[in-house]
Amino acid sequence: MAVAKKAIVWGLFAAGGTVSSFVFPALITLFFLIAVGTTPDGLQYEKIHEFAASFLGKACLFIVISLSLWHAAHRLRVVFHDLGVRKDKVVANAVYLAAFVGTAMTAFYLFLIR
Amino acid sequence: MSRQPYIRPMSKTTWYMRNGRYKVYMLREMTCLLVGFYSFLVIFGLAALSSAERWNAFLASQQNAAMIAFHGFALIYFLIYQTFAWFELAPKAMPLQIGEKKLSDSYIVIAHYIVWAVLSAFIFWLAGVF
Repeated sequence: MAVAKKAIVWGLFAAGGTVSSFVFPALITLFFLIAVGTTPDGLQYEKIHEFAASFLGKACLFIVISLSLWHAAHRLRVVFHDLGVRKDKVVANAVYLAAFVGTAMTAFYLFLIR
Repeated sequence: MSRQPYIRPMSKTTWYMRNGRYKVYMLREMTCLLVGFYSFLVIFGLAALSSAERWNAFLASQQNAAMIAFHGFALIYFLIYQTFAWFELAPKAMPLQIGEKKLSDSYIVIAHYIVWAVLSAFIFWLAGVF
């Protein structure tokens, strides 16, 4: 079963890496625009709330965030190993738990937006 | 008389500093910190969508010089070590074969850049940047 489990972990990692590679540069740019004080119209409350309240908006946000979190968690697990931390069980539990908590928070907050 | 096996001295914590390729590998792996950071930033944003006041407070909390500098750095770092690195590796991770012929790597990489440009433009349009 070890092989089958690895395939799922690796599959989620690859999916998250692809999604974050495509979406995050635009996302970071939007945060940059917010930071310099030129918040785009679509990110004003009315518009962004409408987007996050729609089914399609919720689905996009949930897929992007949850896959990205899994990607980051798996990569961070390997980074810990590369930096000389040899307690893989502890590290794996911690990073995957963080990803799970983030995913649950995403689902919860999206559920509240209507 | 048995001889001691030779074990090459190697640091467990700084081994990647010996070689340029290993350094790039570590720089690439470190992008996971940015992915995690921005994922949670979005989650805090979603939490703030509960009311207009909270959302505006969230926006205001993001508007400072430190965040401008961080986002600027993060964007360049992310593009080089995540987005472009991921696109360059895509044909190696999933080579495409059509009939007898293997599709040239450059086509797969270029296709990624095109999809990325279109998708980014769509996100900017959706966000009302233009």
